[in-house]
Amino acid sequence: MRALKSAILSAAFALGLAGAAQAAEGVHIPSQDWSHDGVFGTIDKPSAQRGFQVYKEVCAACHSMHLVPIRTLAGIGFTEDELKALAAGYEVQAGPNDEGEMFMRPGIPADRFPSPFPNDNAARASNGGALPPDLSLMAKARVGGENYIYAFLTGFEDPPEGVNLMPGMNYNKYFPGHQVGMPNVLVPDGVTYSDGTAATVEQQAHDVSVFLTFAAEPHLDARKQMGVKVILFLIVLAGLMYAVKRRLWSTIH
Amino acid sequence: MADTTHPPGTGAHGAHGGDGTNRRDFLYLVTAGAGVVGLGSVAWPFIDSMNPAADTLALASIDVDLAPVEVGQAITVTWRGKPVFIRHRTEKEIQEAQSVNLGDLPDPAPDSERVVKPEWLVMIGICTHLGCVPLGQKPADPKGDFDGWFCPCHGSHYDSAGRIRKGPAPANLVIPQYAFTGDTAIRLG
Amino acid sequence: MAQAHTPKFKNPVVNWIDSRLPIFTMLDHEYNQYPMPRNVNYLWAFGAIAMVMLIVMILTGLFLAMQYAANTQVAFESVERIMRDVNYGWLLRYVHANGASMFFIAVYIHMFRGLYYGSYKAPREILWILGVIILLVMMATGFMGYVLPWGQMSFWGATVITNLFSAFPIIGDPIVTWLWGGFSVDNPTLNRFFALHFLLPFVLFALVILHTAALHVSGSNNPLGIDPKGPQDTVPFNPYVTIKDGFAVVVFFIFFAAFVFFAPNYLGHPDNYIPANPLVTPAHIVPEWYFLPFYAILRAIPDKLGGVLAMFGAIAVLAVLPWLDTSKVRSTKFRPIYRIFFWLLALDALLLGYAGAMPAEGLWLWLARLGTAYYFFHFLILLPVLGKLERPLPLPASISEAVLKPKEKA
Repeated sequence: MRALKSAILSAAFALGLAGAAQAAEGVHIPSQDWSHDGVFGTIDKPSAQRGFQVYKEVCAACHSMHLVPIRTLAGIGFTEDELKALAAGYEVQAGPNDEGEMFMRPGIPADRFPSPFPNDNAARASNGGALPPDLSLMAKARVGGENYIYAFLTGFEDPPEGVNLMPGMNYNKYFPGHQVGMPNVLVPDGVTYSDGTAATVEQQAHDVSVFLTFAAEPHLDARKQMGVKVILFLIVLAGLMYAVKRRLWSTIH
Repeated sequence: MADTTHPPGTGAHGAHGGDGTNRRDFLYLVTAGAGVVGLGSVAWPFIDSMNPAADTLALASIDVDLAPVEVGQAITVTWRGKPVFIRHRTEKEIQEAQSVNLGDLPDPAPDSERVVKPEWLVMIGICTHLGCVPLGQKPADPKGDFDGWFCPCHGSHYDSAGRIRKGPAPANLVIPQYAFTGDTAIRLG
Repeated sequence: MAQAHTPKFKNPVVNWIDSRLPIFTMLDHEYNQYPMPRNVNYLWAFGAIAMVMLIVMILTGLFLAMQYAANTQVAFESVERIMRDVNYGWLLRYVHANGASMFFIAVYIHMFRGLYYGSYKAPREILWILGVIILLVMMATGFMGYVLPWGQMSFWGATVITNLFSAFPIIGDPIVTWLWGGFSVDNPTLNRFFALHFLLPFVLFALVILHTAALHVSGSNNPLGIDPKGPQDTVPFNPYVTIKDGFAVVVFFIFFAAFVFFAPNYLGHPDNYIPANPLVTPAHIVPEWYFLPFYAILRAIPDKLGGVLAMFGAIAVLAVLPWLDTSKVRSTKFRPIYRIFFWLLALDALLLGYAGAMPAEGLWLWLARLGTAYYFFHFLILLPVLGKLERPLPLPASISEAVLKPKEKA
């Protein structure tokens, strides 16, 4: 029993500490329901596709996503032809050509999403000194993950009384420190969904959060599916080995 | 993992044979089998991780626009890390390539087998001898004795269809898999 | 080792090799016949589990190293390429990243088992000291591995930990510059950390072999802490302990797989998915959980050099533990007073770990100080004194007697 007790304690130790590390981070982020939650959860592909539309029409004006190749979108149901058409809509820098000049060519699916600014300094200069962070890993790079993205996008409001907003800043109740250079960008019907879904602010925030979750972890579905199989197999193997162990040890007690 | 997850199939018997061996045999066998299946499945992700990754495969086929290449000119494009020679052949070169007596060739192949359209010759530009890149793409390059390519490493001469004519190379320059996607556009791979 | 001249093995090839190089005799001796006390419990499996984790780490690490590029310009992206494009790359990386935590969990349980049952006492002092060295090398390896993805926590963790050495007077700053290969953590630092991160696991492997060799001289300890008196007290390692350890490994893998597949980033920190930026420090720099108790000790001391010395001292004190504990009885089972303090120490480690994750201010700072004080009190004062004062419970005459008697509450 002692053995069990200390094993459990040690595990609790590890888990508790990680929890503590995360609890120390401040503002409480409310959790949303996601189809990709849980052991059997998978990415909601139609929602992720709508989320991509929000990214493309709203976010991409300022935010890069430079670690994600366009072909990745095959994972949320884009066909090869759709990907080609989509990629061709982007201009990608290539070169140098025989004259030594860089030139622009239409994108191909193997290209990564082009960034809206040539470098970080240009991005700062166009955004009042604030650098719009890259979105490739946003869903894994903030405490709260996709819940944080949703909370942030729906968290813009008028500053409470007594809060002195710095010039060019906006108030967001979920942003650490509450003052953020990014304005509220989601407005009702700011995008028009081709599948007829009503583009409320909440819907857009939800969809783009799903999309960014996928963009940060394109193998999420494969990972969970493999996990179920691996753990089932290990449970069966453990059961068999326990039976063998019992059988062997029964001869000496 | 191997020495700890391996159930003791035979070891147990050697030392402690005895009663109920049939059922015990079966249990040991199933457990050992499951262990082996487990270890085997673990091996695959490791092996497969060394295969070409998705970014490599995504560039396994590329589109090339041939329109800017004038008659008599050649371009070199990189495909799967290798140089691909594309020559817009002149009438003379086509004539030469088609009129060769196949019996004279070390590696006989009619010109028609080496092109899709006679004016466009597309080949992997790697000498079949020891892997050098032959000369003959640029106007000033030596083109060998047969109006084609000349490999400077060991002196192999290729003709205007990329066939080996003279020198140590054993075979013709390799034709990659490609298809015309338009009048003057091809996709390699 | 091999004196027998009569053929031992049925297979003639094995015999031929063995008579020239007795590896099979050795393996047979150490892993087949090796007498294991029959009363060991499942806590004894954590040595085998740690060994399996080391192998898992070396294998996944080798295949990750084939894809990783140790250069500040591309390190972060090469890790993302592993996650996105390399076949099963995400699996290899998540197994490796979570495997580090699992390795530490196994080793910490292994250590607390040794503490509880007095496995460090004569004649196992060198065995224990080798274990402390293994822990140190593991810590160095884990730290350098965490730097490789070149995220924000990588960079700032490397900066903070290497700066520890600047606490030493006069030689401190030259040492730090030497460690960095420059005037800040930069490309040369990343490059050498990669080289060392690749090398140290093999050093670990060699140390583990020494650790096992030392173990097989004195034999394994057991929950009663008394030596086996003869064959009636032991079982041959194979098949009895191989199957028991094997079962424990598989159960441990279930726990491991739960993290890898369903919470792969839970033990990590989100800031490490932000590329390293030498101009911006994250709001809270937190080391990996397995360093937190030591991190708390570091911050508990208000003096820079004192903090560094206390932190290294917390590990060094473990190395001299065999001589600090004066009790003749090994197992805490028979030391009713010490048992209370053992659990206090376990709670203390938890407290220090929790305090290490919290900002070093206010209540948490004082709790960290309290925890640090108890930690050193426990090892430096309590153990030597209590060993002399405490009257242990009567020990059973032999293992078999204790096992065969109807079980009473210990």
